[in-house]
Amino acid sequence: MDASIPTKPADAHIDGPVRAHVVNLSFYYGEKQALFDVSFPIHDRKATALIGPSGCGKSTLLRALNRMHDLYPGNRYEGEVILYPEQINIVSPEVDPMLVRLKIGMVFQKPNPFPKPIYDNVAAGLWVRGIRKKSIVDERVEQALKQAALWDEVKDRLRTSAYGLSGGQQQRLCIARALAPDPEMLLLDEPTSALDPIATARIEELMAELAPSVTIVIVTHNMQQAARISSYTAFMHIGCMVEFDKTTTIFTTPKESRTQDYITGRFG
Amino acid sequence: MSTETVNPVTGKIDEQALVTKANRQDLRFAIIGFVVLVVVMATLFALVLDFMIDGVPRISGEFLTNYPSRRPEQAGILSAWVGTTLVMSATAMLAIPIGVAAGVYLEEYAPKNWLTDIIEINVTNLAGVPSIIYGLLALGLFVQIFRLGQTILVAGMTLALLILPIIIVATREALRSIPLETREAAFGLGADKWQAVWMYLLPAGRPGILTGVIVGMSRAIGETAPIITIGALTFIAFLPPAPLQDTFPFVNFDWLNSPYTVMPIQMFNWISRPQAGFHVAAAATGVILLSMTLLMNGLAIYIRYRIRRSSR
Repeated sequence: MDASIPTKPADAHIDGPVRAHVVNLSFYYGEKQALFDVSFPIHDRKATALIGPSGCGKSTLLRALNRMHDLYPGNRYEGEVILYPEQINIVSPEVDPMLVRLKIGMVFQKPNPFPKPIYDNVAAGLWVRGIRKKSIVDERVEQALKQAALWDEVKDRLRTSAYGLSGGQQQRLCIARALAPDPEMLLLDEPTSALDPIATARIEELMAELAPSVTIVIVTHNMQQAARISSYTAFMHIGCMVEFDKTTTIFTTPKESRTQDYITGRFG
Repeated sequence: MSTETVNPVTGKIDEQALVTKANRQDLRFAIIGFVVLVVVMATLFALVLDFMIDGVPRISGEFLTNYPSRRPEQAGILSAWVGTTLVMSATAMLAIPIGVAAGVYLEEYAPKNWLTDIIEINVTNLAGVPSIIYGLLALGLFVQIFRLGQTILVAGMTLALLILPIIIVATREALRSIPLETREAAFGLGADKWQAVWMYLLPAGRPGILTGVIVGMSRAIGETAPIITIGALTFIAFLPPAPLQDTFPFVNFDWLNSPYTVMPIQMFNWISRPQAGFHVAAAATGVILLSMTLLMNGLAIYIRYRIRRSSR
Protein backbone atom coordinates (compact mmCIF):
# COMPACT_ATOMS: atom_id res chain seq x y z
CA MET A 1 0.00 0.00 0.00
CA ASP A 2 3.02 2.30 0.38
CA ALA A 3 3.11 2.99 -3.32
CA SER A 4 -0.39 4.41 -3.36
CA ILE A 5 0.21 7.08 -0.75
CA PRO A 6 -0.13 10.48 -2.34
CA THR A 7 2.15 13.37 -1.52
CA LYS A 8 0.42 15.93 0.68
CA PRO A 9 1.73 18.77 2.84
CA ALA A 10 1.22 16.68 5.98
CA ASP A 11 3.71 14.17 4.59
CA ALA A 12 6.39 15.88 6.61
CA HIS A 13 5.32 13.69 9.52
CA ILE A 14 4.90 10.44 7.67
CA ASP A 15 7.51 7.84 8.45
CA GLY A 16 5.79 4.57 7.62
CA PRO A 17 2.87 3.01 5.80
CA VAL A 18 -0.33 5.01 6.17
CA ARG A 19 -3.77 3.50 6.62
CA ALA A 20 -5.75 6.67 6.14
CA HIS A 21 -5.17 10.27 5.29
CA VAL A 22 -7.36 13.01 6.74
CA VAL A 23 -7.18 15.92 4.30
CA ASN A 24 -8.70 19.35 5.05
CA LEU A 25 -11.61 17.80 6.93
CA SER A 26 -14.27 20.23 8.16
CA PHE A 27 -17.40 19.19 9.93
CA TYR A 28 -20.66 20.99 10.68
CA TYR A 29 -23.36 20.19 13.23
CA GLY A 30 -26.08 21.95 11.25
CA GLU A 31 -24.87 25.55 11.04
CA LYS A 32 -22.22 25.17 13.70
CA GLN A 33 -18.78 24.31 12.42
CA ALA A 34 -17.02 21.89 14.78
CA LEU A 35 -13.90 20.93 12.78
CA PHE A 36 -11.76 23.33 10.76
CA ASP A 37 -9.54 22.02 7.96
CA VAL A 38 -8.09 19.12 9.91
CA SER A 39 -5.28 17.20 8.19
CA PHE A 40 -3.14 14.36 9.52
CA PRO A 41 -2.07 10.84 8.58
CA ILE A 42 -3.17 7.68 10.40
CA HIS A 43 -0.26 5.25 10.36
CA ASP A 44 -0.82 1.59 9.62
CA ARG A 45 -0.74 -0.72 12.64
CA LYS A 46 0.22 2.04 15.02
CA ALA A 47 -1.76 3.80 17.73
CA THR A 48 -2.57 7.44 17.08
CA ALA A 49 -3.83 9.48 20.04
CA LEU A 50 -6.07 12.52 19.76
CA ILE A 51 -5.63 14.86 22.72
CA GLY A 52 -6.92 18.29 23.63
CA PRO A 53 -9.16 20.11 26.09
CA SER A 54 -12.90 19.37 26.38
CA GLY A 55 -14.88 20.58 23.40
CA CYS A 56 -11.83 20.73 21.10
CA GLY A 57 -13.48 18.41 18.59
CA LYS A 58 -11.45 15.26 19.19
CA SER A 59 -14.52 13.07 19.68
CA THR A 60 -16.23 14.76 16.73
CA LEU A 61 -13.21 13.91 14.58
CA LEU A 62 -13.14 10.30 15.76
CA ARG A 63 -16.86 9.82 15.16
CA ALA A 64 -16.46 11.27 11.68
CA LEU A 65 -14.04 8.44 10.89
CA ASN A 66 -16.81 5.86 10.95
CA ARG A 67 -19.63 8.19 9.94
CA MET A 68 -21.46 8.13 13.29
CA HIS A 69 -22.63 11.67 12.54
CA ASP A 70 -24.74 10.32 9.66
CA LEU A 71 -27.14 8.87 12.24
CA TYR A 72 -28.42 12.38 13.00
CA PRO A 73 -29.90 14.82 10.52
CA GLY A 74 -28.32 18.11 9.52
CA ASN A 75 -24.66 17.09 9.88
CA ARG A 76 -22.25 17.77 7.05
CA TYR A 77 -18.67 16.82 6.16
CA GLU A 78 -16.27 18.74 3.94
CA GLY A 79 -12.86 17.58 2.80
CA GLU A 80 -11.57 14.05 2.58
CA VAL A 81 -10.57 11.04 4.61
CA ILE A 82 -8.86 8.68 2.20
CA LEU A 83 -8.75 5.08 3.38
CA TYR A 84 -5.98 2.87 1.98
CA PRO A 85 -5.54 0.51 0.23
CA GLU A 86 -9.04 0.99 -1.21
CA GLN A 87 -8.39 4.70 -1.84
CA ILE A 88 -11.95 5.71 -1.07
CA ASN A 89 -13.01 8.95 0.57
CA ILE A 90 -14.93 7.60 3.55
CA VAL A 91 -16.67 10.91 4.36
CA SER A 92 -18.00 11.35 0.83
CA PRO A 93 -21.82 11.30 0.65
CA GLU A 94 -21.50 8.79 -2.18
CA VAL A 95 -19.88 6.25 0.12
CA ASP A 96 -22.46 4.33 2.14
CA PRO A 97 -21.88 4.86 5.90
CA MET A 98 -22.55 1.17 6.41
CA LEU A 99 -19.60 0.29 4.16
CA VAL A 100 -17.33 2.52 6.25
CA ARG A 101 -18.55 0.95 9.50
CA LEU A 102 -17.97 -2.55 8.14
CA LYS A 103 -14.32 -1.60 7.67
CA ILE A 104 -13.77 0.53 10.77
CA GLY A 105 -14.74 -0.59 14.27
CA MET A 106 -15.58 1.67 17.16
CA VAL A 107 -15.50 1.47 20.97
CA PHE A 108 -17.47 4.07 22.86
CA GLN A 109 -16.87 6.13 25.97
CA LYS A 110 -19.26 4.20 28.20
CA PRO A 111 -19.27 0.41 27.92
CA ASN A 112 -22.35 -0.38 25.82
CA PRO A 113 -22.79 -4.15 25.60
CA PHE A 114 -26.11 -5.46 24.28
CA PRO A 115 -28.47 -6.96 26.90
CA LYS A 116 -27.56 -10.41 25.62
CA PRO A 117 -25.17 -13.24 26.49
CA ILE A 118 -21.42 -12.55 26.32
CA TYR A 119 -21.02 -14.87 23.35
CA ASP A 120 -23.80 -13.12 21.38
CA ASN A 121 -22.18 -9.75 22.05
CA VAL A 122 -18.86 -10.78 20.55
CA ALA A 123 -20.52 -12.66 17.69
CA ALA A 124 -22.79 -9.72 16.84
CA GLY A 125 -20.36 -8.14 14.36
CA LEU A 126 -19.85 -11.50 12.63
CA TRP A 127 -23.58 -12.17 12.33
CA VAL A 128 -24.12 -8.69 10.93
CA ARG A 129 -21.61 -9.56 8.22
CA GLY A 130 -23.43 -12.77 7.29
CA ILE A 131 -20.91 -15.08 9.00
CA ARG A 132 -23.13 -17.76 10.53
CA LYS A 133 -21.09 -20.96 10.42
CA LYS A 134 -20.81 -22.08 14.02
CA SER A 135 -17.25 -23.38 13.85
CA ILE A 136 -15.98 -20.11 12.37
CA VAL A 137 -17.97 -17.93 14.78
CA ASP A 138 -16.82 -19.99 17.79
CA GLU A 139 -13.22 -19.64 16.72
CA ARG A 140 -13.42 -15.88 16.04
CA VAL A 141 -15.26 -15.22 19.32
CA GLU A 142 -12.58 -17.06 21.28
CA GLN A 143 -9.82 -15.30 19.37
CA ALA A 144 -11.36 -11.86 19.92
CA LEU A 145 -11.91 -12.49 23.63
CA LYS A 146 -8.28 -13.62 23.94
CA GLN A 147 -7.13 -10.51 22.06
CA ALA A 148 -9.15 -8.41 24.47
CA ALA A 149 -7.61 -10.27 27.43
CA LEU A 150 -11.03 -11.35 28.63
CA TRP A 151 -11.12 -15.01 27.63
CA ASP A 152 -9.89 -16.49 30.91
CA GLU A 153 -12.43 -14.53 32.91
CA VAL A 154 -15.48 -15.39 30.83
CA LYS A 155 -14.79 -18.70 29.08
CA ASP A 156 -17.00 -20.59 31.56
CA ARG A 157 -19.90 -18.15 31.39
CA LEU A 158 -20.22 -17.26 27.72
CA ARG A 159 -23.97 -17.91 27.85
CA THR A 160 -24.63 -15.54 30.74
CA SER A 161 -25.69 -11.93 30.28
CA ALA A 162 -23.02 -9.36 29.50
CA TYR A 163 -24.67 -7.13 32.11
CA GLY A 164 -23.26 -9.40 34.81
CA LEU A 165 -19.72 -8.21 34.01
CA SER A 166 -17.95 -5.36 35.78
CA GLY A 167 -17.48 -2.03 34.01
CA GLY A 168 -13.90 -2.81 33.00
CA GLN A 169 -14.86 -6.29 31.77
CA GLN A 170 -17.76 -4.80 29.82
CA GLN A 171 -15.43 -2.35 28.11
CA ARG A 172 -13.01 -5.15 27.20
CA LEU A 173 -16.02 -7.07 25.90
CA CYS A 174 -16.88 -4.09 23.70
CA ILE A 175 -13.30 -4.09 22.42
CA ALA A 176 -13.60 -7.82 21.69
CA ARG A 177 -16.88 -7.15 19.90
CA ALA A 178 -15.18 -4.54 17.73
CA LEU A 179 -12.16 -6.78 17.09
CA ALA A 180 -14.05 -9.97 16.19
CA PRO A 181 -14.77 -8.99 12.55
CA ASP A 182 -11.08 -8.06 12.12
CA PRO A 183 -11.59 -4.35 11.30
CA GLU A 184 -9.13 -2.37 9.21
CA MET A 185 -9.05 0.30 11.88
CA LEU A 186 -10.22 0.51 15.49
CA LEU A 187 -11.54 3.77 16.94
CA LEU A 188 -11.70 4.26 20.69
CA ASP A 189 -13.50 7.23 22.21
CA GLU A 190 -12.08 7.78 25.71
CA PRO A 191 -12.46 4.06 26.40
CA THR A 192 -11.20 4.26 29.97
CA SER A 193 -12.92 7.43 31.19
CA ALA A 194 -15.64 5.45 32.98
CA LEU A 195 -13.22 2.93 34.51
CA ASP A 196 -11.15 2.63 37.67
CA PRO A 197 -7.31 2.78 37.52
CA ILE A 198 -6.84 -0.99 37.56
CA ALA A 199 -9.33 -1.58 34.75
CA THR A 200 -7.74 1.35 32.92
CA ALA A 201 -4.31 -0.23 33.25
CA ARG A 202 -5.62 -3.48 31.75
CA ILE A 203 -7.10 -1.68 28.76
CA GLU A 204 -3.86 0.24 28.26
CA GLU A 205 -1.86 -3.01 28.31
CA LEU A 206 -4.31 -4.35 25.80
CA MET A 207 -3.77 -1.34 23.52
CA ALA A 208 -0.04 -1.90 23.64
CA GLU A 209 -0.54 -5.55 22.69
CA LEU A 210 -2.92 -4.70 19.86
CA ALA A 211 -0.94 -1.83 18.34
CA PRO A 212 1.48 -3.97 16.27
CA SER A 213 -1.41 -5.75 14.53
CA VAL A 214 -4.27 -3.24 14.44
CA THR A 215 -4.49 0.39 13.37
CA ILE A 216 -5.79 2.31 16.37
CA VAL A 217 -7.08 5.85 16.79
CA ILE A 218 -7.80 6.71 20.40
CA VAL A 219 -9.29 9.83 21.92
CA THR A 220 -8.10 10.45 25.44
CA HIS A 221 -8.09 13.32 27.88
CA ASN A 222 -5.42 11.59 29.89
CA MET A 223 -2.02 12.72 28.61
CA GLN A 224 -0.08 10.03 30.42
CA GLN A 225 -2.27 7.52 28.64
CA ALA A 226 -1.54 9.09 25.26
CA ALA A 227 2.17 9.04 26.06
CA ARG A 228 2.10 5.42 27.20
CA ILE A 229 0.17 3.77 24.40
CA SER A 230 0.45 5.82 21.23
CA SER A 231 3.16 6.16 18.62
CA TYR A 232 1.70 9.35 17.17
CA THR A 233 -0.21 12.15 18.83
CA ALA A 234 -2.43 14.87 17.44
CA PHE A 235 -3.15 17.88 19.61
CA MET A 236 -6.43 19.65 18.89
CA HIS A 237 -7.84 22.94 20.09
CA ILE A 238 -11.22 24.53 19.29
CA GLY A 239 -11.80 22.39 16.22
CA CYS A 240 -8.34 22.81 14.73
CA MET A 241 -5.42 20.44 14.48
CA VAL A 242 -2.69 22.38 16.27
CA GLU A 243 0.09 19.87 16.01
CA PHE A 244 0.66 16.32 14.81
CA ASP A 245 3.86 14.42 15.38
CA LYS A 246 5.44 11.37 16.91
CA THR A 247 4.28 11.02 20.47
CA THR A 248 7.82 11.34 21.80
CA THR A 249 8.28 14.61 19.93
CA ILE A 250 4.94 16.04 21.04
CA PHE A 251 5.68 15.31 24.67
CA THR A 252 9.32 16.41 24.68
CA THR A 253 9.84 19.10 22.05
CA PRO A 254 6.50 20.36 20.76
CA LYS A 255 6.76 23.08 18.12
CA GLU A 256 3.65 24.99 19.10
CA SER A 257 3.43 26.93 22.34
CA ARG A 258 -0.25 25.95 22.76
CA THR A 259 0.75 22.27 22.74
CA GLN A 260 3.46 22.99 25.26
CA ASP A 261 1.01 24.86 27.50
CA TYR A 262 -1.57 22.08 27.38
CA ILE A 263 0.89 19.29 28.01
CA THR A 264 2.49 21.07 30.93
CA GLY A 265 -0.97 21.71 32.38
CA ARG A 266 -1.06 25.47 31.93
CA PHE A 267 -4.56 25.26 30.41
CA GLY A 268 -7.20 22.70 29.53
CA MET B 1 -28.70 -12.67 5.88
CA SER B 2 -27.12 -15.67 4.22
CA THR B 3 -23.47 -16.54 3.87
CA GLU B 4 -23.24 -15.67 0.19
CA THR B 5 -21.42 -12.44 1.04
CA VAL B 6 -18.50 -14.44 2.42
CA ASN B 7 -15.95 -15.64 -0.09
CA PRO B 8 -15.74 -19.41 0.48
CA VAL B 9 -12.08 -19.58 -0.53
CA THR B 10 -10.47 -16.66 1.29
CA GLY B 11 -13.09 -16.22 4.02
CA LYS B 12 -13.01 -12.51 3.18
CA ILE B 13 -16.22 -10.56 3.43
CA ASP B 14 -17.55 -8.82 0.37
CA GLU B 15 -18.50 -5.56 2.06
CA GLN B 16 -19.88 -3.94 -1.06
CA ALA B 17 -22.25 -6.90 -1.54
CA LEU B 18 -23.40 -6.53 2.08
CA VAL B 19 -24.12 -2.85 1.55
CA THR B 20 -25.94 -3.46 -1.73
CA LYS B 21 -28.03 -6.15 -0.10
CA ALA B 22 -28.84 -3.93 2.89
CA ASN B 23 -29.88 -1.09 0.62
CA ARG B 24 -32.12 -3.38 -1.39
CA GLN B 25 -33.67 -4.67 1.83
CA ASP B 26 -34.26 -1.12 3.09
CA LEU B 27 -35.86 -0.15 -0.20
CA ARG B 28 -38.15 -3.18 -0.15
CA PHE B 29 -39.30 -2.41 3.37
CA ALA B 30 -39.75 1.27 2.59
CA ILE B 31 -41.97 0.40 -0.39
CA ILE B 32 -44.10 -2.03 1.64
CA GLY B 33 -44.42 0.52 4.42
CA PHE B 34 -45.41 3.25 2.02
CA VAL B 35 -48.04 1.08 0.32
CA VAL B 36 -49.57 0.11 3.67
CA LEU B 37 -49.58 3.75 4.72
CA VAL B 38 -51.31 4.82 1.50
CA VAL B 39 -53.95 2.10 1.79
CA VAL B 40 -54.74 2.95 5.40
CA MET B 41 -54.77 6.69 4.84
CA ALA B 42 -56.88 6.36 1.70
CA THR B 43 -59.49 4.27 3.52
CA LEU B 44 -59.65 6.73 6.38
CA PHE B 45 -59.74 9.69 4.05
CA ALA B 46 -62.53 8.15 1.96
CA LEU B 47 -64.57 7.48 5.07
CA VAL B 48 -64.18 10.99 6.42
CA LEU B 49 -64.76 12.54 3.01
CA ASP B 50 -67.95 10.53 2.57
CA PHE B 51 -69.66 11.88 5.64
CA MET B 52 -68.17 15.32 5.15
CA ILE B 53 -69.93 15.47 1.78
CA ASP B 54 -73.18 14.42 3.46
CA GLY B 55 -72.83 16.46 6.59
CA VAL B 56 -70.88 19.67 5.99
CA PRO B 57 -73.62 21.46 3.98
CA ARG B 58 -76.00 20.85 6.89
CA ILE B 59 -73.76 22.61 9.42
CA SER B 60 -74.83 26.15 10.20
CA GLY B 61 -75.08 28.47 13.17
CA GLU B 62 -78.62 27.25 13.73
CA PHE B 63 -77.55 23.61 13.70
CA LEU B 64 -75.30 24.38 16.65
CA THR B 65 -77.82 26.54 18.52
CA ASN B 66 -81.05 24.58 17.97
CA TYR B 67 -82.38 21.85 20.20
CA PRO B 68 -83.36 18.52 18.64
CA SER B 69 -86.71 18.61 16.89
CA ARG B 70 -89.26 16.30 15.30
CA ARG B 71 -88.71 18.15 12.03
CA PRO B 72 -85.32 17.13 10.57
CA GLU B 73 -84.62 20.50 8.94
CA GLN B 74 -85.03 22.33 12.27
CA ALA B 75 -83.16 19.83 14.42
CA GLY B 76 -79.92 20.98 16.04
CA ILE B 77 -77.30 19.64 18.42
CA LEU B 78 -77.10 22.37 21.05
CA SER B 79 -77.88 20.07 23.95
CA ALA B 80 -75.63 17.34 22.51
CA TRP B 81 -72.46 19.36 22.08
CA VAL B 82 -72.92 21.14 25.39
CA GLY B 83 -73.54 17.73 26.97
CA THR B 84 -70.42 16.26 25.38
CA THR B 85 -68.33 19.22 26.52
CA LEU B 86 -69.60 18.97 30.09
CA VAL B 87 -69.29 15.18 30.27
CA MET B 88 -65.75 15.38 28.93
CA SER B 89 -64.87 18.06 31.50
CA ALA B 90 -66.22 15.87 34.29
CA THR B 91 -64.33 12.87 32.88
CA ALA B 92 -61.06 14.80 32.65
CA MET B 93 -61.42 16.25 36.14
CA LEU B 94 -61.90 12.78 37.58
CA ALA B 95 -59.71 10.59 35.39
CA ILE B 96 -56.55 12.69 35.11
CA PRO B 97 -55.82 13.31 38.82
CA ILE B 98 -56.88 9.83 39.90
CA GLY B 99 -55.11 8.12 37.01
CA VAL B 100 -51.85 10.02 37.42
CA ALA B 101 -51.90 9.59 41.19
CA ALA B 102 -52.55 5.86 40.85
CA GLY B 103 -49.76 5.55 38.29
CA VAL B 104 -47.32 7.44 40.52
CA TYR B 105 -48.32 5.37 43.52
CA LEU B 106 -47.91 2.04 41.72
CA GLU B 107 -44.60 3.01 40.16
CA GLU B 108 -42.89 4.97 42.93
CA TYR B 109 -44.54 4.15 46.25
CA ALA B 110 -46.11 0.71 46.18
CA PRO B 111 -43.92 -2.16 47.42
CA LYS B 112 -43.01 -4.58 44.66
CA ASN B 113 -44.66 -7.85 45.62
CA TRP B 114 -47.16 -10.36 44.30
CA LEU B 115 -50.11 -8.16 45.23
CA THR B 116 -48.90 -5.19 43.22
CA ASP B 117 -47.97 -7.57 40.40
CA ILE B 118 -51.58 -8.79 40.31
CA ILE B 119 -52.85 -5.22 40.41
CA GLU B 120 -50.55 -4.30 37.56
CA ILE B 121 -51.73 -7.19 35.39
CA ASN B 122 -55.36 -6.34 36.13
CA VAL B 123 -54.98 -2.65 35.41
CA THR B 124 -53.41 -3.47 32.05
CA ASN B 125 -56.21 -5.94 31.27
CA LEU B 126 -58.91 -3.46 32.28
CA ALA B 127 -57.92 -1.31 29.30
CA GLY B 128 -59.25 -4.08 27.09
CA VAL B 129 -62.61 -4.65 28.78
CA PRO B 130 -65.55 -3.84 26.45
CA SER B 131 -67.07 -0.48 27.32
CA ILE B 132 -70.60 -1.89 27.73
CA ILE B 133 -69.33 -3.76 30.80
CA TYR B 134 -68.36 -0.43 32.34
CA GLY B 135 -71.84 0.81 31.48
CA LEU B 136 -73.43 -2.12 33.30
CA LEU B 137 -71.12 -1.63 36.28
CA ALA B 138 -72.02 2.06 36.44
CA LEU B 139 -75.73 1.29 36.09
CA GLY B 140 -75.61 -1.14 38.98
CA LEU B 141 -73.24 0.82 41.21
CA PHE B 142 -73.78 4.52 40.58
CA VAL B 143 -77.38 4.60 39.39
CA GLN B 144 -79.06 1.82 41.34
CA ILE B 145 -77.04 1.40 44.54
CA PHE B 146 -75.77 4.95 45.10
CA ARG B 147 -78.90 6.48 43.52
CA LEU B 148 -76.91 9.22 41.81
CA GLY B 149 -79.41 9.40 38.99
CA GLN B 150 -78.92 9.75 35.28
CA THR B 151 -76.67 12.75 35.45
CA ILE B 152 -73.58 14.27 33.90
CA LEU B 153 -71.63 13.34 37.03
CA VAL B 154 -72.45 9.66 36.58
CA ALA B 155 -71.52 9.81 32.89
CA GLY B 156 -68.23 11.48 33.82
CA MET B 157 -67.54 8.87 36.49
CA THR B 158 -68.32 6.03 34.08
CA LEU B 159 -66.12 7.35 31.30
CA ALA B 160 -63.41 8.14 33.85
CA LEU B 161 -63.46 4.48 34.96
CA LEU B 162 -63.21 3.50 31.32
CA ILE B 163 -60.09 5.53 30.61
CA LEU B 164 -58.37 5.23 34.01
CA PRO B 165 -56.40 2.12 32.97
CA ILE B 166 -55.08 3.92 29.90
CA ILE B 167 -53.89 6.89 31.95
CA ILE B 168 -52.44 4.73 34.72
CA VAL B 169 -50.46 2.59 32.28
CA ALA B 170 -49.24 5.67 30.39
CA THR B 171 -48.14 7.34 33.63
CA ARG B 172 -46.21 4.27 34.75
CA GLU B 173 -44.54 3.87 31.40
CA ALA B 174 -43.61 7.55 31.34
CA LEU B 175 -42.09 7.37 34.83
CA ARG B 176 -40.28 4.15 34.02
CA SER B 177 -38.68 5.58 30.89
CA ILE B 178 -37.11 8.53 32.73
CA PRO B 179 -33.34 8.00 32.67
CA LEU B 180 -31.94 6.64 35.92
CA GLU B 181 -29.57 9.62 35.98
CA THR B 182 -32.45 12.08 36.45
CA ARG B 183 -33.86 10.02 39.29
CA GLU B 184 -30.46 9.72 40.95
CA ALA B 185 -29.75 13.42 40.46
CA ALA B 186 -32.95 14.31 42.34
CA PHE B 187 -32.42 11.85 45.18
CA GLY B 188 -28.70 12.69 45.24
CA LEU B 189 -29.59 16.26 46.18
CA GLY B 190 -31.35 14.96 49.25
CA ALA B 191 -34.86 15.33 47.85
CA ASP B 192 -37.55 13.25 49.53
CA LYS B 193 -39.78 11.02 47.46
CA TRP B 194 -42.55 13.57 47.20
CA GLN B 195 -40.18 16.29 46.01
CA ALA B 196 -38.41 13.97 43.57
CA VAL B 197 -41.72 12.86 42.08
CA TRP B 198 -43.45 16.23 41.86
CA MET B 199 -40.51 18.47 41.03
CA TYR B 200 -38.49 16.28 38.68
CA LEU B 201 -40.01 12.94 37.72
CA LEU B 202 -43.55 14.02 36.84
CA PRO B 203 -42.37 17.00 34.77
CA ALA B 204 -39.93 14.73 32.94
CA GLY B 205 -42.73 12.24 32.32
CA ARG B 206 -45.32 14.82 31.32
CA PRO B 207 -45.17 14.31 27.54
CA GLY B 208 -45.80 10.56 27.94
CA ILE B 209 -48.58 11.10 30.45
CA LEU B 210 -50.21 13.65 28.17
CA THR B 211 -50.13 11.14 25.32
CA GLY B 212 -52.02 8.70 27.54
CA VAL B 213 -54.53 11.40 28.42
CA ILE B 214 -55.08 12.23 24.74
CA VAL B 215 -55.63 8.58 23.85
CA GLY B 216 -58.01 8.13 26.78
CA MET B 217 -60.03 11.28 26.19
CA SER B 218 -60.30 10.53 22.47
CA ARG B 219 -61.73 7.16 23.35
CA ALA B 220 -64.16 8.61 25.89
CA ILE B 221 -65.55 11.31 23.60
CA GLY B 222 -66.79 8.75 21.09
CA GLU B 223 -68.21 6.21 23.56
CA THR B 224 -71.90 5.46 23.13
CA ALA B 225 -72.62 2.08 24.70
CA PRO B 226 -71.92 2.83 28.39
CA ILE B 227 -73.65 6.21 28.13
CA ILE B 228 -76.81 4.59 26.78
CA THR B 229 -76.67 1.98 29.52
CA ILE B 230 -76.61 4.58 32.26
CA GLY B 231 -79.50 6.42 30.68
CA ALA B 232 -78.46 9.46 28.70
CA LEU B 233 -81.60 10.93 27.20
CA THR B 234 -81.92 11.20 23.46
CA PHE B 235 -84.30 14.11 23.49
CA ILE B 236 -83.24 17.03 25.64
CA ALA B 237 -84.63 20.47 24.94
CA PHE B 238 -82.89 22.40 27.69
CA LEU B 239 -79.36 23.11 28.85
CA PRO B 240 -77.81 22.17 32.20
CA PRO B 241 -77.32 25.10 34.62
CA ALA B 242 -74.36 27.26 33.60
CA PRO B 243 -71.10 26.47 35.43
CA LEU B 244 -70.35 30.19 35.86
CA GLN B 245 -72.60 32.72 37.58
CA ASP B 246 -72.40 36.41 38.44
CA THR B 247 -72.92 36.04 42.22
CA PHE B 248 -70.54 34.60 44.78
CA PRO B 249 -68.88 32.02 44.54
CA PHE B 250 -69.10 32.56 40.75
CA VAL B 251 -68.88 28.86 39.91
CA ASN B 252 -71.52 26.30 40.49
CA PHE B 253 -71.59 22.59 40.07
CA ASP B 254 -75.32 22.07 39.67
CA TRP B 255 -74.69 21.05 36.06
CA LEU B 256 -73.18 17.85 37.38
CA ASN B 257 -76.63 16.75 38.53
CA SER B 258 -78.37 17.59 35.30
CA PRO B 259 -79.73 15.13 32.73
CA TYR B 260 -77.84 15.29 29.46
CA THR B 261 -77.27 13.88 26.03
CA VAL B 262 -74.04 13.59 24.05
CA MET B 263 -73.22 13.72 20.38
CA PRO B 264 -72.67 10.00 19.70
CA ILE B 265 -76.10 9.31 21.20
CA GLN B 266 -77.68 12.04 19.13
CA MET B 267 -76.11 10.47 16.05
CA PHE B 268 -77.25 7.00 17.04
CA ASN B 269 -80.77 8.30 17.57
CA TRP B 270 -80.98 10.14 14.26
CA ILE B 271 -79.53 7.29 12.25
CA SER B 272 -82.24 4.95 13.51
CA ARG B 273 -84.99 7.31 12.22
CA PRO B 274 -86.55 6.64 8.82
CA GLN B 275 -86.41 10.25 7.49
CA ALA B 276 -83.44 11.02 5.25
CA GLY B 277 -83.18 14.50 6.76
CA PHE B 278 -82.11 13.02 10.09
CA HIS B 279 -79.40 10.95 8.38
CA VAL B 280 -77.89 14.15 7.03
CA ALA B 281 -78.11 15.68 10.49
CA ALA B 282 -76.31 12.60 11.90
CA ALA B 283 -73.51 13.00 9.36
CA ALA B 284 -73.23 16.68 10.30
CA THR B 285 -73.03 15.71 13.99
CA GLY B 286 -70.28 13.27 13.07
CA VAL B 287 -68.30 16.07 11.43
CA ILE B 288 -68.67 18.24 14.57
CA LEU B 289 -67.69 15.33 16.83
CA LEU B 290 -64.62 14.65 14.71
CA SER B 291 -63.68 18.34 14.74
CA MET B 292 -64.03 18.43 18.53
CA THR B 293 -61.78 15.39 18.86
CA LEU B 294 -59.20 16.91 16.53
CA LEU B 295 -59.39 20.21 18.40
CA MET B 296 -58.87 18.45 21.71
CA ASN B 297 -55.93 16.44 20.36
CA GLY B 298 -54.49 19.51 18.68
CA LEU B 299 -54.59 21.36 21.97
CA ALA B 300 -52.92 18.48 23.79
CA ILE B 301 -50.23 18.17 21.13
CA TYR B 302 -49.59 21.90 21.37
CA ILE B 303 -49.25 21.65 25.16
CA ARG B 304 -46.91 18.69 24.80
CA TYR B 305 -44.83 20.61 22.28
CA ARG B 306 -44.59 23.54 24.68
CA ILE B 307 -43.52 21.22 27.52
CA ARG B 308 -40.89 19.51 25.39
CA ARG B 309 -39.48 22.82 24.28
CA SER B 310 -39.26 24.19 27.79
CA SER B 311 -37.52 21.09 29.12
CA ARG B 312 -34.77 21.18 26.54
